[in-house]
Amino acid sequence: MTATTEAPQSVAPRPRGGIVQSTTDSLVVARRNLIRMTRIPEVVLFGLIQPIMFVVMFSYVFGGSLQVGGTVSPDVYRNFLMAGIFAQTVTFATAGAGAGIADDMHKGLIDRFRSLPMARGAVLTGRTLADLVQTALTVVVLAIVAVLVGWRIHEGVLKALGAFALLLLLGYAFSWIGALIGLSVRTPEAATSGGLIWLFPVTFISNAFVDTSGMTAWLRHIADWNPFSATVQACRVLFGNPGVSESSAWPMEHPVLASLIWSVVIIAVFRTLAVRKYRSATA
Amino acid sequence: MPGAIYAEGLVKTFGDVRALDGVDLDVPEGTVLGLLGPNGAGKTTAVRVLTTLLRPDSGKAVVAGIDVLKHPNEVRRSIGLSGQFAAVDEYLTGRENLRMVGRLYQMNARAAKARADELLERFNLSDAADRTAKTYSGGMRRRLDLAAALVVSPPVMFMDEPTTGLDPRNRQQLWSIIQELVAGGTTLLLTTQYLEEADHLAHDICVVDHGRVIARGTSDQLKARTGGERVEVVVHEREQIDPARAVLAAFAKSGESPAAADSPSGAVTVEEHTRKLTVPVTGGAKLLAEVIRELDTRGVEIDDIGLRRPTLDDVFISLTGHSAEDSAAESDDPGNSKSAAKSAKSTKEARK
Ligand SMILES: Nc1ncnc2c1ncn2[C@@H]1O[C@H](COP(=O)(O)OP(=O)(O)O)[C@@H](O)[C@H]1O
Ligand SMILES: [Mg+2]
Repeated sequence: MTATTEAPQSVAPRPRGGIVQSTTDSLVVARRNLIRMTRIPEVVLFGLIQPIMFVVMFSYVFGGSLQVGGTVSPDVYRNFLMAGIFAQTVTFATAGAGAGIADDMHKGLIDRFRSLPMARGAVLTGRTLADLVQTALTVVVLAIVAVLVGWRIHEGVLKALGAFALLLLLGYAFSWIGALIGLSVRTPEAATSGGLIWLFPVTFISNAFVDTSGMTAWLRHIADWNPFSATVQACRVLFGNPGVSESSAWPMEHPVLASLIWSVVIIAVFRTLAVRKYRSATA
Repeated sequence: MPGAIYAEGLVKTFGDVRALDGVDLDVPEGTVLGLLGPNGAGKTTAVRVLTTLLRPDSGKAVVAGIDVLKHPNEVRRSIGLSGQFAAVDEYLTGRENLRMVGRLYQMNARAAKARADELLERFNLSDAADRTAKTYSGGMRRRLDLAAALVVSPPVMFMDEPTTGLDPRNRQQLWSIIQELVAGGTTLLLTTQYLEEADHLAHDICVVDHGRVIARGTSDQLKARTGGERVEVVVHEREQIDPARAVLAAFAKSGESPAAADSPSGAVTVEEHTRKLTVPVTGGAKLLAEVIRELDTRGVEIDDIGLRRPTLDDVFISLTGHSAEDSAAESDDPGNSKSAAKSAKSTKEARK
């Protein structure tokens, strides 16, 4: 042990408070989570493999038998499918956020963070931001694979970028749901499965993989108002892909606006709940 | 004037378990308080309340002159916490861990970097600084965790069982770090299950059990109540137990136990199968020499002899009449039945 004398006691600098502190604290935590991702690249890799498998399986297994807009063509189906796969992929960020936060709780890191004079929401914001980066990376790789199997955009680059922005916003919104799940369960394992289970009905009772016109009325009603469907519909419109729903439900007629509203509402509600839960969190 | 850590009537219940049942503490500035108690006594809960992590049901807490319940974020600027389990990010390197904590203590990037380097040096972690904490040994993780708690040189420190699970060498090392820290004027609240540790590091000791402080005082005062040191003798043959008992009884500290009042040899405890005799004494090493001489004169052949400091168990037996382990077992019970009650409740809710 080096026998340096202890520096005189000093309290931490006074927090600047407000938005500046929230931002820097969140970025510090986001950086930490991104460093972790580079140290556990398997997680990122599996996150990439899964959607690619979906693309390949759906387009080659179902492609020849599902009807979209009155035609049964593998090529049309693939172009229809991609918006759904993109949307499903971004929602899987939920499970990552949940498991990561549950793990931090389990390891006592949340206690350390909570004992520091940092912005209240920063641990969770940092986590969701890091997940957003990972999601963006996944979406880029997925888009390349999609182009390789024959997916095309027809409305120009700007609209396509708009669609990707909506997708990432949806993913960010869903990661706040994951954060709340992660804070509410005891183990990372529970957070992973708890973060996934509910995603299946949400992504399947929607327009993501099938034409909703074939659904029974009540199911179709749910699918039309599903926040997830709004983003999928918006993407199809902005990509110029086939299978745009002709339903007269409001979110289907105004999909871009509906997608924005849904995502913002989800963020507002779940961020509030998650931050409140964080403040009283006990491992 | 209240001390750097002050608590009055802290109560915290978890279901039926009263984890804190009216705890009062007062730690003068620059001193060390040892919170000594068995598993489940409420030590961690007390630390969590004082470090703003947990709101008590009732009571008052002031740390570094700031009301913990009213201004938690102000308190956080003045404290360092090293929790019961080392809270370091195992996928980050030692350096990255410390820099992150510095940044979150609101230091700027340059200051956080400089401080991290300084602490790594001081805690003998420079060589491992750029390895992920996952590769660290238990002792290294503990040191890193402690370094993280010291990033701002806080005036008030909390350490929850800092040496539990460490081997003797690492424990010694941590002890000297803690002593340095205290020499620098830091006020410290330390929890431990080892009387020896509290004895070594703390100015004052509070013995806690079932969420209550059952005794407080300096280590000398507690040891006086517990009967101070013990002489332990292992005789060579069984037949020598009786003569040895007679010798030891003469050295027994008077008024030690009711049994001792009846007959002097009652103060001597004997473990037949190991041929071990124990007697509480006052007088230390000098007395030990006398005991050896006396045994020798009587022709008692010994395999082993030594002075033993009282353990937490001895303190508990003299304070409560039962051993610390019994107490821990008792306090586990309500915990278990409580969690059973909780799961019953959640099944009920699920059925609705
Ligand atoms: N979050 C919690 N939920 C339920 N019971 C708890 C919780 N934390 C502590 N307890 C209970 O409170 C009592 C005191 O625990 P703790 O403060 O951890 O003791 P110690 O640190 O002295 O071992 C124990 O009976 C424990 O089971
Ligand atoms: Mg404890």
